[in-house]
Amino acid sequence: MKELETIIGLEVHLQLATETKAFCGCSTGFGASPNSHTCPVCLGFPGSLPVLNKKALAYAMKVALALNCKIQDVVKFDRKNYYYPDLPKNYQISQYDLPLSADGFVAIKTEDNVKRIRIKRVHLEEDAGKLIHEENRDASLVDFNRSGMPLLEIVSEPEMNSPQEALDYLSTLKLTLKYLEVSDCDMEKGSLRCDANISLREKGVKELGVKTEVKNMNSFKAVKAALTFEVNRQAEILAQGGKITQDTRLWDTEKEITISMRSKEEAHDYRYFPDPDLVPFIIPKEEIEIAQASLPELPQQRLERFKKEYNLSDYDSFGLVQDKELADYFEGCVKLYPQPKQICNWLIGPLSAELNHRKVSLHQLDLSPQKLVELVGSAATGVTSNLVAKEVLTNMIDTKKSASEIIKEQGLAQLSNTGDLSVFVEEVIKEHEKSVNDFLQGKESALMFLIGQVMKKSKGKANPKIAGDILRERLKKNS
Amino acid sequence: MISNGMKLNTLTCHELQELIKGKKTTSSEIVKDVLEAIETNDKKVKAFVAVKPIPTDSQASSDISGIPVAIKDNICIQGQKTTCSSKILEGFSSPYDATVIEKLKNAGATIIGITNMDEFAFGSSTETSCYGATRNPWDLARVPGGSSGGSAAAVASDETILALGSDTGGSIRQPAAFCGVVGLKPTYGRVSRYGLIAFASSLDQIGPITKDVADNAILLNIIAGYDPRDSTSVDIDQPDYKKSLINDVKGMKIAIPKEYFVEGMDKEVKQALEEAIVVLKKLGANFKEVTLPHTDYAVATYYIVATAEASSNLARFDGVQYGLRATPAKTRRSFMIDMYEETRGLGFGAEAKRRLILGTYVLSAGYYDAYYLRAQKVRTLIRRDFEEVFKEFDCIITPTSPTPAFKIGEKTDDPLSMYLSDIYTISVNLAGIPALSLPCGFTKNNLPIGLQILAKPFAEETIFRVAYTYEQNTVWHKQKPKL
Repeated sequence: MKELETIIGLEVHLQLATETKAFCGCSTGFGASPNSHTCPVCLGFPGSLPVLNKKALAYAMKVALALNCKIQDVVKFDRKNYYYPDLPKNYQISQYDLPLSADGFVAIKTEDNVKRIRIKRVHLEEDAGKLIHEENRDASLVDFNRSGMPLLEIVSEPEMNSPQEALDYLSTLKLTLKYLEVSDCDMEKGSLRCDANISLREKGVKELGVKTEVKNMNSFKAVKAALTFEVNRQAEILAQGGKITQDTRLWDTEKEITISMRSKEEAHDYRYFPDPDLVPFIIPKEEIEIAQASLPELPQQRLERFKKEYNLSDYDSFGLVQDKELADYFEGCVKLYPQPKQICNWLIGPLSAELNHRKVSLHQLDLSPQKLVELVGSAATGVTSNLVAKEVLTNMIDTKKSASEIIKEQGLAQLSNTGDLSVFVEEVIKEHEKSVNDFLQGKESALMFLIGQVMKKSKGKANPKIAGDILRERLKKNS
Repeated sequence: MISNGMKLNTLTCHELQELIKGKKTTSSEIVKDVLEAIETNDKKVKAFVAVKPIPTDSQASSDISGIPVAIKDNICIQGQKTTCSSKILEGFSSPYDATVIEKLKNAGATIIGITNMDEFAFGSSTETSCYGATRNPWDLARVPGGSSGGSAAAVASDETILALGSDTGGSIRQPAAFCGVVGLKPTYGRVSRYGLIAFASSLDQIGPITKDVADNAILLNIIAGYDPRDSTSVDIDQPDYKKSLINDVKGMKIAIPKEYFVEGMDKEVKQALEEAIVVLKKLGANFKEVTLPHTDYAVATYYIVATAEASSNLARFDGVQYGLRATPAKTRRSFMIDMYEETRGLGFGAEAKRRLILGTYVLSAGYYDAYYLRAQKVRTLIRRDFEEVFKEFDCIITPTSPTPAFKIGEKTDDPLSMYLSDIYTISVNLAGIPALSLPCGFTKNNLPIGLQILAKPFAEETIFRVAYTYEQNTVWHKQKPKL
């Protein structure tokens, strides 16, 4: 059997972070008590009518343009008809034959190149409510708070050739969406959801193989695991001379397998037709131009600018840009303290470590750029040693105090005073005769050891450079 | 009752306003007479499904303040049962007011009760209601027309002063014609649909049913206007329709579509219409025969578009949130699907089921292009037919219905012949234009005959002017049924 080629396409559902729902004035706030964010419209009560939230459309246009899509001239909504208790009207307002936009792309980095994954369509629709199945209860409950929330469906062409590529596409897409500030893109909260189409074909064959659709992947980790599982499952079937059955499969996070949910034969006939309650309308060309012009700087553009403007390496720039908040913070700090490389090192080093350790986002810390640059300055000018400065950072986050306050209170200022340091130096020389001799015989590394001992005695407060100078001076006398 | 023994409920809204202004009567006296009339007449007519006067803003001063208005059972009133005369909405009470109800309340009208209708407005006779049939006040063995039969019968029998109906394919105009009252289907987008339980969203309009043309203009003044809650309502200037009540049609150009004078039209209806044309000619209007070439396709087009939209609009009646919920005795597939099926099986009547199945069918994969899409194209052609005529003419005159009121039960087993009773009214909904029916005579059996006046979109003023002129020069609207 010839070598197989993996073909993956992704369908992403993005909850837009508008203040109100897509077709009514209800709040989109997360975590409210069940059915408190509802009204006759999003409950689908008789006689109620939808009115499009202009903000949702503006957000959708932003995304479409950032993904290099063409915006359609006419905005038209359709009804997707199916019965389910979480869908109060038993139809979903969506877009069918005329999606808001089409023909875009996302550029992803491959090992040695940049690959464009084309975007087939981006369209606006409404979300359904949420079914809650409680154990020990003989009924299911429905929470309609999510009903009518604006969703953007972003469909890629089947152009990714490995689970890793799919993951790269997803993370690049997510980063772009984050930069647009149109969604919190939180997979666990469900504000970013991802379904995948997977098929295999022999290399060189033009037609696509039979595909399966995988749903219910609630994290990046799950996406990778599910895609890998499904590719292997299909490859095994084909290797044994079997045929793939077209079906929709659910990813089981616990068992780590995909399970068939329904076959092609059971597929719905959604009976799409134009929603007569929402009159088609034209987006004026000027409005599209304004939207295009008001797009924020996107991650790729920012990466290039950081490299040029701040003279940072590709690695450093990416380290900052991949977290929009961190990159914004970086620029805030540089304005106050124009030492980009120093600040970058602090941000992608100790500060990121603190964030990871505490599992928080930057904005959750009470740490203004002013506070951080004071610390960076203290370390750079030798007020504290780098080692101590890292502890000061931890302390600042814990106590919300400034660096200078902590340094003062805890007496953490670096010892640069020759008199104080000389006492430690004398002690170290007495206690480490062997190293002294090694140094005197020309072994330079022995000096580093001795400096280390001085640091230890000073509990890290000694200025290592000055300690080294004193040691050198003092040992000259011995030679 | 006022001093001369005249029952207040027999008067029009504008007559009553004169009396109120002259301090000769009060709103509560009017309401009292109306309630008495309901008490006496409605046992026979059965126009109302609920009589429960809702007092509104007594401080309001408008042309309808203090005047009773009857509301069709598909317009939502906060805290009131709104059922579309269907078992499936049993016990449902709306949590909000329709926009037109808000407007009536703000204008100080008294909502007097809820009127009967064909289930979900599916019908032309008010026989498919879950509450039973409404009777025609002119002949209790006959239907009042439909689907707004309750509202038309209530106005005709003086059981209310004003009424609201809804018109998807003739549901205001045809019962107005059958009951000898005035009914207007406004231009699509003129009156907000917010709170009107949808039958076919692209065709539905709420409109006034009244005793004369002046009252009709008065009530349209109150209910019309752009509503940001209804994306299909149109944001254009709204004239004062009372100013259209001008007794003069000199020089007006009126078209008669030859396709409307065909086989199946009742002789007496034809004669009444010809006489009406003579009256208007004498008053100075110019008539000319025109063609609306796609008329033949209107009924088929309508029953595809309307049922397709209905099948989706009525999908929400599933037993989950409100209304009837059946409890399946045994599980066949899954509790959920069994519950859906039994609820809808029990809740919808035969005509509703027929239309929902038809609508589901025409939207199905493989049939959509042949039916729904094609129907939409024909709809455009029908609209263009009218546009052509209105380039040259001020309005079109036709009969409202090919026959006068038919007997109860006469057409219930023959849906096709029932559908054909809307043959003159449905094109108007497909084209989105306004049309009004007013009395233009009686048959030998003393059954009212209706005249329909059509105009281009948002030209209700033209319609009112022609209708008012005709009415001022005839006596038909002054006749009352003997109950």
